[in-house]
Amino acid sequence: MAREQHDYDDIPGTFVFDAERSRQGFGINMFCMSLMKDENRKAFKANGAEYLKKFNLTPEQTDAVLKRDYNRMLELGGNIYFTAKLGAADGHSFQHLAAVMTGNTQQDYAAMMLGGGRSVEGNRSRSGKNAPSKFLAGAAAKKAKKKSAAKPKAKTKSKSKKSKPKPKSAKRK
Amino acid sequence: MARIIAGIGASHVPAIGAALDNGKTEEPYWKRVFSGFEKSQEWMRELKPDVAIVVYNDHASAFSVEMIPTFALGCAVEFPPADEGWGPRPVPVVQGYPALASHIAQSVILDEFDLTICNKMEVDHGMTVPMNLLFGKIDKNSHWPCPVIPLAVNVVMYPPPTGHRCYMLGKAIRKAVESYPEDLRVVIFGTGGLSHQISGPRAGLINSKWDKNFLDNLSRDPKKLAKIPHIDYMREAGAEGIEMVMWLVMRGALDDKVDEVYRFYTVPASNTAVGHIILANRGKAAKHKPAAKHKRAAARTKSLVRRSA
Repeated sequence: MAREQHDYDDIPGTFVFDAERSRQGFGINMFCMSLMKDENRKAFKANGAEYLKKFNLTPEQTDAVLKRDYNRMLELGGNIYFTAKLGAADGHSFQHLAAVMTGNTQQDYAAMMLGGGRSVEGNRSRSGKNAPSKFLAGAAAKKAKKKSAAKPKAKTKSKSKKSKPKPKSAKRK
Repeated sequence: MARIIAGIGASHVPAIGAALDNGKTEEPYWKRVFSGFEKSQEWMRELKPDVAIVVYNDHASAFSVEMIPTFALGCAVEFPPADEGWGPRPVPVVQGYPALASHIAQSVILDEFDLTICNKMEVDHGMTVPMNLLFGKIDKNSHWPCPVIPLAVNVVMYPPPTGHRCYMLGKAIRKAVESYPEDLRVVIFGTGGLSHQISGPRAGLINSKWDKNFLDNLSRDPKKLAKIPHIDYMREAGAEGIEMVMWLVMRGALDDKVDEVYRFYTVPASNTAVGHIILANRGKAAKHKPAAKHKRAAARTKSLVRRSA
């Protein structure tokens, strides 16, 4: 069955843990939660495929877990706070998981974070909705207005997103 | 009557707790983060609130995926720190304030906010890290300086409550607090954020421009923030940046016009942009110095602590 489409599916590199994924991924997340107990970690490490049988995963989910394919786990309903427990049970730091999910070495990922993180520019949308949120654009426009007196309104980039461009001068006392 | 005198926004990055617990606060990376909270701790020591309401989210500690309450209010006598996989954080058990908590529950439910009530609950780094940032490091055999009412918000499963709903809940909490007969000086924490994404190929996203804009508006024009749709938080501030809606519960509980006492922002702590703000109400109560009433409350805290020890 095809997944219902949502506005947030347009965000690149992101699997939003919504109600549908929460339902589908219940088994993955309960499995991850079970790893909070040492005896379960031992049982899982001794025989992963066997241990996973308790959690009614689909074959794809089982495969993703056994291969430690973290992005696929998220896509199939895993939630990051839960899958992180699997990473921890494997003895990995969270940064290791982040590096794996982003296709970086851990060193490169750490350097990216120290450098201020991944920029939002070019990372907002799969379908080209790369204009900043109007809540940011509005602020920028106000600043500009203050400096250069009477500019009537903020620049509007995509018509479809902003069906009602508001005259900013009317909004601000 | 009880009054909310100030609001605090603070990130709750787990690595901050780990740095504190493992004695890394003097390392340059962490010193940059912790030094931003030194003034706030001084401010808090001086303020001596009687109660803190802490709006936070649980991270697969108390709630798992079996039950996902949208808003859950802690009405228990105490809240032990949860084992998040490395043993519980070495912080004191959090003392609750059941009488005020149940009063708030009753008041806001009748105001049409259908809270879940938790009479037994463990609390994770989402709550104890911001408490450490504001109250400092406290030995686990000692006690936190004031009782705490936890308000857990679901921001793990989409959709979390809208920013507007959070803002309005803040207003309902304020009304509840102000209808409580005991003279109490209450602070409210909004925690989480700021921009960060820790899941999927886009992990590592930080948007400082968004964060600074959010802090500016939190001070001056919070109603504008209450209109931000979830998609904008997720696109701009990262999938997990949606935690920022919790700051709006705090803001809703304050006056429309507040004094910004302090602000701090740094990137990164682990995978996250750290934001912090202190907003004070301008009313008389905010300036009111702790006196006899406070001593009574403090005595009560101590007796609670003794009882549980």
